[in-house]
Amino acid sequence: MSDKTMTAEEAVGRLESGMTLGIGGWGSRRKPMALVRALLRSEITDLTVVSYGGPDVGMLAAAGRIRKLVAAFATLDSIPLEPHYRAAREAGAFELTEVDEAMFMWGLHAAANRLPFLPVRAGIGSDVMRVNPGLRTVTSPYEDGETFVAMPALRLDAAFVHVNRADRLGNGQYLGPDPYFDDLFCEAADTAYVSCERVVDTAELTKEAPPQSLLIKRHVVTGVVEAPNGAHFTSCAPDYDRDEAFQKVYATTPWPEFAARYLGGDEQAYRSAVREGA
Amino acid sequence: MSGVTRAEYCVVACAEAWRDGGEILASPMGLIPSLGARLAKRTFAPDLLLTDGEALLVGLDGTPEGWLPYRQHLTLVTSGRRHVMMGASQIDRYGNQNISCIGDWAQPKRQLLGVRGAPVNTLNNPTSYWVPRHSRRVFVEKVDMVCGVGYDRAAEHPGTARFHRIPCVVSDLGVFDFAGPDRTMRLASLHPGVTVGQVEEATGFDLAVPDEVPYTREPTAEELRLIREVIDPAGARGREVQG
Repeated sequence: MSDKTMTAEEAVGRLESGMTLGIGGWGSRRKPMALVRALLRSEITDLTVVSYGGPDVGMLAAAGRIRKLVAAFATLDSIPLEPHYRAAREAGAFELTEVDEAMFMWGLHAAANRLPFLPVRAGIGSDVMRVNPGLRTVTSPYEDGETFVAMPALRLDAAFVHVNRADRLGNGQYLGPDPYFDDLFCEAADTAYVSCERVVDTAELTKEAPPQSLLIKRHVVTGVVEAPNGAHFTSCAPDYDRDEAFQKVYATTPWPEFAARYLGGDEQAYRSAVREGA
Repeated sequence: MSGVTRAEYCVVACAEAWRDGGEILASPMGLIPSLGARLAKRTFAPDLLLTDGEALLVGLDGTPEGWLPYRQHLTLVTSGRRHVMMGASQIDRYGNQNISCIGDWAQPKRQLLGVRGAPVNTLNNPTSYWVPRHSRRVFVEKVDMVCGVGYDRAAEHPGTARFHRIPCVVSDLGVFDFAGPDRTMRLASLHPGVTVGQVEEATGFDLAVPDEVPYTREPTAEELRLIREVIDPAGARGREVQG
């Protein structure tokens, strides 16, 4: 069986401009930030980003890497509005497909199940239909005859997710309270890159945690990236909480200044800069 | 009862939203609705399910009693066994709600949160709203982006919207329902100390106002004790609603 470990740079090196990229986590929680930072160091652009948006979206939008965003929101959780996302939206910097949280989930489920769409009782009556004129509805073929939104599959060229532990083969484990939709992102993607706090032997995975914490299965994983503190500054429970102080720095520093100070070098340089800033 | 603050009337009014809810999830968004949900569970609605704000269902003392990660939360929404009280950046007379953006959606003047789960919420489980500062900027003639579906739009989709229901809107000035003509917003009660004129002044559309407007009910002595000594001893409620 193949060893899938690689660096964040190697993972990003397999991406191309113009791709559709799904990013796991939720808001400012367990975001694959080390992978996002590596992406920001690359020349890759013109992305369609699919995300339950947090600072991943804010950073990629601020850096001008997003052509189109598929999202239901962008938030930093403890700071409700994502400032860099806001600025980019208010500048009309990218195209937006704004769908409801449940529609988004069913789009991932459809992609993971190789279905063109799944019906969902959401969106109808709201302006989600107005701002997404391409959305179609479907009528139940049964007696009820009800009409639903036919949420199209959100098939991804690539997915980035971050988990607590993984083995070299690509089995990913979450130890926090919520899996979010990370397994679905991987299943909906042609290639998936899983960063983790620590790469461990397969046998280690179930030593102290039950098998149901094994969220991501290796057959849907292309690359495993060991990235300690790789969700920083978002939370990665139980390994660490959100770095609220640093998040505040992120939210209140003008983007060019933040990027120059924290994202000019590699991941090691990022960590040093964060330490110096503290 | 003397000395009851406006914030305490708001807590009681929010709590009332979950009366007779049965064994459903109370999803309060914002501080005062959260206090209200806990007050309801401690008193007249003991069967309510509450979350820790993350992935656990918890009792009043924080004891976990269930697991509710986001994906299961969305299933619970579509099962209808939940009553959410959401915020609203804008709301109109039919209860159409906006939390997405202000201005033209294509290039908004102010980008807000996004539609979040408002579309799925309003078609599947009862959805009430909490507005801590009642103003013409929030209570508008027409919202810029319909996230939560109002009664007029629900009526256009009777099949899909058969579970649509907006029980109430609670603001710092009063409680509102949709018993006005054509299911439009109606002043259901005024918080003591507020006048009809004040509410009309702060509302950007014609509000249905009955001839006799009751006041929001007084908290019982026990409810007041619970709010002040058990549920919010630090008095956070007074920072969300003054007076």
